[in-house]
Amino acid sequence: MSAIARLSRTNGRAGMPSAESGIQGRGPVGKAFGYAAMVLVLLIIAVPLFWIVVTSFKRQENIYVRPAEYLPIPFHPENYSEVTSRIPFSAYFRNSVIITFFTASIKIVLGVLSAYALSLLRFPGRNLLFVVILAALMVPNQITVISNFALVAQLGWRNTFQGIIIPLCGTAFGTFLMRNQFLSLPHEIIEAARMDGAGPLKLLWRVVMPLSWPTLVAFSLITVVNEWNEYLWPFLMSDDARTAPLQVGLTFLQNNDGVTNWGPVMAGTVLTILPVLLLFLVLQRQMIKGLTSGAVKS
Amino acid sequence: MRPVGADIGVDAGGVTGGSSGGSSGHTSGPAGPTGPAGAAGRDPRVPFGPPPLRRAGSKGEWLLAAALLIPNLVLLFLFVYRPLVDNIRLSFTDWNISSPQANYVGASNYVEWLGRADTRIVLTNTLIFTFATVVLSMVLGLALALLLDQKLRGRNIVRSMVFAPFVISGAAIGVAFQFVFDPSFGLIQDLLAKIGVASPNFYQRPGWALFMVTSTYIWKNLGYTFVIYLAALQARRGDLDEAAEIDGASRWNHFRKVLLPQLRPTTFFLSITVLLSSVQVFDIIYAMTRGGPIGNGTMTLVFQVYHETFVNQRAGYGATVATVMFLILLVVTAVQVRFMDKGARA
Repeated sequence: MSAIARLSRTNGRAGMPSAESGIQGRGPVGKAFGYAAMVLVLLIIAVPLFWIVVTSFKRQENIYVRPAEYLPIPFHPENYSEVTSRIPFSAYFRNSVIITFFTASIKIVLGVLSAYALSLLRFPGRNLLFVVILAALMVPNQITVISNFALVAQLGWRNTFQGIIIPLCGTAFGTFLMRNQFLSLPHEIIEAARMDGAGPLKLLWRVVMPLSWPTLVAFSLITVVNEWNEYLWPFLMSDDARTAPLQVGLTFLQNNDGVTNWGPVMAGTVLTILPVLLLFLVLQRQMIKGLTSGAVKS
Repeated sequence: MRPVGADIGVDAGGVTGGSSGGSSGHTSGPAGPTGPAGAAGRDPRVPFGPPPLRRAGSKGEWLLAAALLIPNLVLLFLFVYRPLVDNIRLSFTDWNISSPQANYVGASNYVEWLGRADTRIVLTNTLIFTFATVVLSMVLGLALALLLDQKLRGRNIVRSMVFAPFVISGAAIGVAFQFVFDPSFGLIQDLLAKIGVASPNFYQRPGWALFMVTSTYIWKNLGYTFVIYLAALQARRGDLDEAAEIDGASRWNHFRKVLLPQLRPTTFFLSITVLLSSVQVFDIIYAMTRGGPIGNGTMTLVFQVYHETFVNQRAGYGATVATVMFLILLVVTAVQVRFMDKGARA
């Protein structure tokens, strides 16, 4: 390390700011290798996704053939109407929306409020409480599932939305992320607002929140995606279409078939994937921000 | 697609390089008790006049903090810490998940666990799955980050593509990839047939089934390690790269002696978060194999917790497996922290 430090002292400042990193710019062979690797990666990700979509538009007799057919001819969109009529698809979809909306909203509000208290309010035991909340990140859901199941079943909350939603609502990750954000705000601004007589809630609402929108959006997106994809807990809590979300409904569909008819199952998969994928395509920038802040250099 | 893709690069840089206009992810900023909040109480610029109305620890502020924190704390205690402890209690009972009664049975569940034939299989499966997913997704994620950090045309599209599977639900991926791996009519067998190789029986052979769920998990989650490494790469010190270049360091030496040390905190962070999430995988395994074939071909500790508790109705034994799993995780994480800490100081 010290040799490198010396190097950077002697040579580092002299060079022009290079837009490129050092591990590159290697002439045509290196470039060609780079492009080849990129194409390979693209294929590995894209071909299975393509396969899923194509299968969802095939008739059953075109699915069970060798060699496989890579285009859906004849085109068979009826898989989609079949899956939406055979399982109570709209009910699952509605359940997913309800569960995601409430869980994510509560998590976001609780995350912001906890983070605000732990960063900009002063009271005894603040750091201890922060550690207590943060440590929850280290406890895997799966370890708490048995006892939580017992508690919720005792309350008679199986197959209810509150039974699915409430146990998922505490947030350690959100508190951590938003607290970091609030602590990074320039404290001159906070102090100025306090001098102007802003109370703590006004300070949060009028000063801290407007300055923290990008992080809040990132946190919200990650939370929405996570809750939409949540599987184990809703799976244990719900037996049928009254409360089961899409992901759980999808695996019910898989259960119900002796010989799986992959056409409708793939159609169901595509419909399950699509909302999140669209959200991702539109808002990937913000989503990635939420993931990387807190990860790098902390 | 193009402007969307371009965003990834810009933003990952923004987060870590700190160019996003005073708003965002400066998590590197002061984050301890000495942060701005701590200093705010004694602002040196107000030497005269009445003290600020709201001083540190005023009663109103204390009450407000309590009001803001209590809902979250109650939920975490009720649904994270309470069950963590209760789980240990249950592991000493013969509870069956539905009856109102549970009898204390001493350590017999633990004795049974130690003696059972499937314990070794489940531990081996968990070890293989976890080790393969953690190591491979970190190595491949770093390799991809290095690749797509270069100035290559179209890299933004590839960046988006690599990250996309990470946002898709594990259950949906599991269901769909079951057919991708179908030994008779799936995508993999067709590609293998094209080069004249017979497809392994991913459904029936335990080893290949484990390979199937492991590679599916890596395919889905590679985007996470990739994005984190890419952000770290874009936040690195350019002057060190130049220095190495001027010094004529070989590519390998540059990577090993300049880049890797700078990425160490990221590697540490990833090794813990990826381990925690890959130990917890349930949805992909459930959707693809239900823990099979042959009963426990892809049974991991987490899956066994579910299977014993909710399928075999032996919640006491399930709680035992869960407790063992938690202890293992605790030890592994502690070792990781020690190991990385030592390495950082060396």
